[in-house]
Amino acid sequence: MSFRFVKSLLLAALVLMLASCGKSATDQAAASGDRVVRIGAVAPLTGPQAHLGKDNENGTRMAIDDANAKGIVIGGRKIHFELISEDDQADPKTATIVAQKLVDNEVAGVIGHLNSGTTIPAAKIYSDNGIAQISPSATAVSFTKQGFKTAFRVMANDAQQGQALGEYAVKNLGAKKIAVIDDRTAYGQGLADEFIKAAKAAGGEIVAHEYTSDKSVDFTAVLTAVKGKQPDLLFYGGMDAQGGPMARQLKALALNVKFIMGDGGYTPEFVKLAGVAAEGAYASLPGVPLDKMPGGKAFAERFVAKYQPIQLYAPYCYDAVNVMIAAMQKADSVEPAKYLPALPNISHEGITARIQFDGNGDLKGGAVTLYQVRQGKWQPLETVGADK
Amino acid sequence: MEIFLQQIINGLVQGSVYALVALGYTMVYGILGLINFAHGEVVMVGAMLVLSALTAMLGLGVPPLLALPVSLLLAMAGCMLLGYGIERVAYRPLRHAPRLAPLITAIGVSIVLQNLAMMIWGREYHAFPQLINNQPHHIGGAIINDIQIIIVIMAVMIMTGLMAVVHRTRLGRAMRAVAENQHAAQLMGVDINRVISITFMLGSALAAIAGLMVSANYGLAHYYMGFMLGLKAFTAAVLGGIGNLRGAMLGGLLLGLIESLGAGYIGDLTGGFLGSQYQDVFAFFVLIAVLVLRPSGLLGERLAERA
Repeated sequence: MSFRFVKSLLLAALVLMLASCGKSATDQAAASGDRVVRIGAVAPLTGPQAHLGKDNENGTRMAIDDANAKGIVIGGRKIHFELISEDDQADPKTATIVAQKLVDNEVAGVIGHLNSGTTIPAAKIYSDNGIAQISPSATAVSFTKQGFKTAFRVMANDAQQGQALGEYAVKNLGAKKIAVIDDRTAYGQGLADEFIKAAKAAGGEIVAHEYTSDKSVDFTAVLTAVKGKQPDLLFYGGMDAQGGPMARQLKALALNVKFIMGDGGYTPEFVKLAGVAAEGAYASLPGVPLDKMPGGKAFAERFVAKYQPIQLYAPYCYDAVNVMIAAMQKADSVEPAKYLPALPNISHEGITARIQFDGNGDLKGGAVTLYQVRQGKWQPLETVGADK
Repeated sequence: MEIFLQQIINGLVQGSVYALVALGYTMVYGILGLINFAHGEVVMVGAMLVLSALTAMLGLGVPPLLALPVSLLLAMAGCMLLGYGIERVAYRPLRHAPRLAPLITAIGVSIVLQNLAMMIWGREYHAFPQLINNQPHHIGGAIINDIQIIIVIMAVMIMTGLMAVVHRTRLGRAMRAVAENQHAAQLMGVDINRVISITFMLGSALAAIAGLMVSANYGLAHYYMGFMLGLKAFTAAVLGGIGNLRGAMLGGLLLGLIESLGAGYIGDLTGGFLGSQYQDVFAFFVLIAVLVLRPSGLLGERLAERA
């Protein structure tokens, strides 16, 4: 057997494999006569935030599997939901490309994206094509302020979160000189701005505002610069992949400050990456603690059994899918044009909260909970600002 | 003052790692005139291999001070094999092709390695176990810890060793001969395929060491970690004069210093107009400046020097 022959054989096998994995779900459903409804899910599945993206995908997948197991009937036909998962690499440009791809694939709705920076530009594409978009985790204020009738989120936004964080830092933690670092993404920067606003209003002084990127691992230079300003508290607007190493490098530089992050830091990954330096760090998460969520505990058990420990947003993805399906059932149609008007008025008992939207598509009465790492685990401190 | 000293230390530690990785780029370029863009990925694979071997051995109850060198040796062997394989599969068949072709396969190899690593080791971040006490030392108000001291010392030792190999041994002479003129070297009885393979393996072994350093210093390893590091190290190699071993070392250290001093002081110097978000930009700004003002790098691409 010549090398060339083996090569072409391998290639053929690969092509067959690729061709077969895209199809199976549709074929199954088509065979049984169900109507196939596609739901798009977008999150970064590669790159530094891939662990969060996979978590989102799994949360969405679990909701879709559950819905299929229930055998939901809409418009007189049994519905088979099919997940189309796309990777936006946490990159705004890629986000618009995959958004267009989902539109071309005629999805009935989209769960996503994960990051604010990707959700905002993609929202226009979904709006132009009249497709409902429910983000489980994009918290930047501007996402729902673009005037799109298609944009919703199931999590409190950064205005609510940043305010809770800023007030907590000054009033409860007694911070006077505050340093801020953000990762220059729509999320990190937006949250940092809201935090600064609230901290100043509460009487805190911002002594330094430094920046990094969502791909960095070395923060010694900026932390050293921050150290020169002698702050007593450091806020980081960004994700766990940077927050963890940052906490570690803080300790290595003997920069003794209280370290506080937003929802991007509230993950087991943060604790793992920061190691012993995680102890005492603070973070906030919109919503109530998982074990206080109406269906949180049962969800967590099922999720862990099926996939892996919840990273962060999986429960919100689960709710986002169910809200969308609830609207479809209410309108008795899977056509976006028909069920979209039902979404703003929906009231759904989710596992994270009762989900109702305000006029912008924001979650009504979004609570924010503060957590602290104690003995290597995130422990809830208090929940603030329900009903704002 | 102590802040300034701290930034110098930060820069030296970071620069040592850049220098070590830059050596891999520069050695290959010196011999083949090829930019091996997959080199950053080899660093990542090195870090992952060390971590896997280490976790496995610690799980078996091997004492950490024995497990660490053994896993490093295993990872170096693994990376040498990988380096050999990359050259054999992606570069050797294209040795006489136009220069663009191996550049494209290099990028291809880089993407393949990244995705393979993602499949093997998963998407999550791997925490690096804390093996030594990592005692902080105070020098004039600045702080340097054990791992950072080890990084700088090891980097210096490796660089001196490499210089000795290139300038004092038979193999080094063969490498320099191939760099100068492949055909002439072949006519003189040098097995150029062997020399090129060995060069790749040497560079990859250094990459494994760099991988260990990076992951031990930052306490994490991730399948994506090689990309930015590779780009920075490549910049360092160009800064010093690509193909030039001393240049790679100088370029690495300089780049580390420029980055940390730049990120630390630009905000204050420009009154907040420019901030530390430009930390990564410095590296590439320096690259452009060097290419415009001194295309052959600080120490130049001296033929007799390159290996």
